[in-house]
Amino acid sequence: MTEKLTDDQIKEMRRFSWRIRMEAIKCIAEFGLGHVGGSMSVADVLSVLYSDEMKYDPANPQWEERDRLVLSKGHCAPALYATLALKGFFPMEWLKTMNKNGTHLPSHADRLLVPGIDMSAGSLGQGGSVAAGMALAFKLDKKPNNVYLILGDGESQEGQVWEMALFAPQHHLDNLIAFVDYNKLQLDGFCDDICAMGDMAAKFEDFGWFVQNLEDGNDVVAIHEAIETAKTQTTGKPSMIILNTIKGLGWSEIQGKTNSHAPAVSHEQLEEALAELQSHYDAI
Amino acid sequence: MIVKELKPEAQEMRAAFCDRLIELAETHPELMVLDADLMGAMGTKPFLAKYPERTVDCGIQEANMVGVAVGLSLAGKIPFAHTFATFMSRRATDQIFISGAYSKANVKLIGSDPGITAKTNGGTHMPFEDMGIMRGIPQMTIIEPTDITMLKWVMGWMADNYGMQYMRLVRRESTKIYEDGTEFEIGKAVTVRDDADADVTIIASGLCVANSMKAADILAGEGIRVRILDMFTWKPLDDEAVIKAAKETGAIVVAENHNITTGLGAAVSETVVSNAPVPMELIGIHDRFGQVGSLEYLAEQYGLTVEDTVAAVKRAIARKG
Repeated sequence: MTEKLTDDQIKEMRRFSWRIRMEAIKCIAEFGLGHVGGSMSVADVLSVLYSDEMKYDPANPQWEERDRLVLSKGHCAPALYATLALKGFFPMEWLKTMNKNGTHLPSHADRLLVPGIDMSAGSLGQGGSVAAGMALAFKLDKKPNNVYLILGDGESQEGQVWEMALFAPQHHLDNLIAFVDYNKLQLDGFCDDICAMGDMAAKFEDFGWFVQNLEDGNDVVAIHEAIETAKTQTTGKPSMIILNTIKGLGWSEIQGKTNSHAPAVSHEQLEEALAELQSHYDAI
Repeated sequence: MIVKELKPEAQEMRAAFCDRLIELAETHPELMVLDADLMGAMGTKPFLAKYPERTVDCGIQEANMVGVAVGLSLAGKIPFAHTFATFMSRRATDQIFISGAYSKANVKLIGSDPGITAKTNGGTHMPFEDMGIMRGIPQMTIIEPTDITMLKWVMGWMADNYGMQYMRLVRRESTKIYEDGTEFEIGKAVTVRDDADADVTIIASGLCVANSMKAADILAGEGIRVRILDMFTWKPLDDEAVIKAAKETGAIVVAENHNITTGLGAAVSETVVSNAPVPMELIGIHDRFGQVGSLEYLAEQYGLTVEDTVAAVKRAIARKG
């Protein structure tokens, strides 16, 4: 069994989640609009990964022994940029430049421009295959690196995700730990109204994955425990952790609503959102 | 370096491909082979037998195969990924573009059965557009090896050089053009024939190189002098050789087993019109789909015969001022 987190560790992770959200929305507001909703729903898994699960070194982003993260839903890069900046991969000032001419931080995650990004993504459906390739290479070389993969629910409407879903169990990629940020919303509305994903846990299970279905995918403790379980499971299967999350979590103007995907964020709205997020932070 | 007499290669291209993979695997421990359920068709089962742990038959999922190859390469492997050229180009373009080229990965993409060599697999499997699709992807290196000597050299270059590279490859018969051991240079055309004061240059690729050499013999009998460039690297194109050909011979015929819309003829035209406009004739597929048939039948159907080349040369010369 894994060691239980202390109360202080839990508080630290929770605070980190809200810091990620605050910095992500500030980053988006500097430009005026961006992918707020998914950045808010994915913040907690990023908080856990970068708090104590992943091996990485901000001073040496290309460290060979690091674990890899593929944010396949690459449009949620603001949350990852915020995470990386807060962890010291690059200066916080960079967050003010997203999408501005000549920036290091394009709207979609870019491995060539951003220290700490392992794979460029943005054309949905592609990241899983790349993560599987990385995991396969580490297995063949008997290296201990884990590969983490974050998929979107809308993204999982892409057929390539299911090609990968067949491939990874075939090759026993138990060093691949994947998540679906199942926030139930996509650009045009609710997934259920557009192309329903249904029971994603059952789907991946049937494809041969070791699946954990988290009722509250924004709960850092649950995420931490699921990752620990995934790391220590001995089925030889790749792990899938379904995160039932809330899109736009923390900013009530968009939270769980169809306007949450990529809203404009005015100066006034930013103030409003930050006040809300700060109150969550302070409540810990 | 050029053989004295054109003869069919003794070995099929795919057998040479597999032999060379096994050779390179010995010197390149990171080399891996990926396929999408066409190892039997491509003749790479001997590689599987020798290196099972370095072989990944992904099943019928080309998009995933390309993504997996990218992931392998970003973790230090040198993946050679094969499927038919139709599927590699049309099915997996975005994966090659974004996961591969945009992300600066290191994957060696092999698309087999180019153009009419798909023969009885017919229209669904007959790629007249694969090189054009790849040419639209920034910074890709795009190659069509002419014979087995060149194939072996090119594969060594691919294994040694980081980057996204596409090679279209005939699976079966080809004509031996180069003596064993001939060295090449990526991005440099090979002058396979150069008559003094040539009247025209044929810029050819793939099976059109041998055709052009046969056409040149016929034309020589009629007093027409021909330069032939084997333009096996389509990108980066050898602009210098193209411009020189335009200026020195005053007319160009491009011969390719591909559509002329996005193919070698289009690429050469871009260089010619910008630098030294001269009359050009384009031998290739003119806005048509593929169909089943023998190589000879298909060459006639699409205007890729020796006689077609002779006629195109005469048309080009007639248009010279």
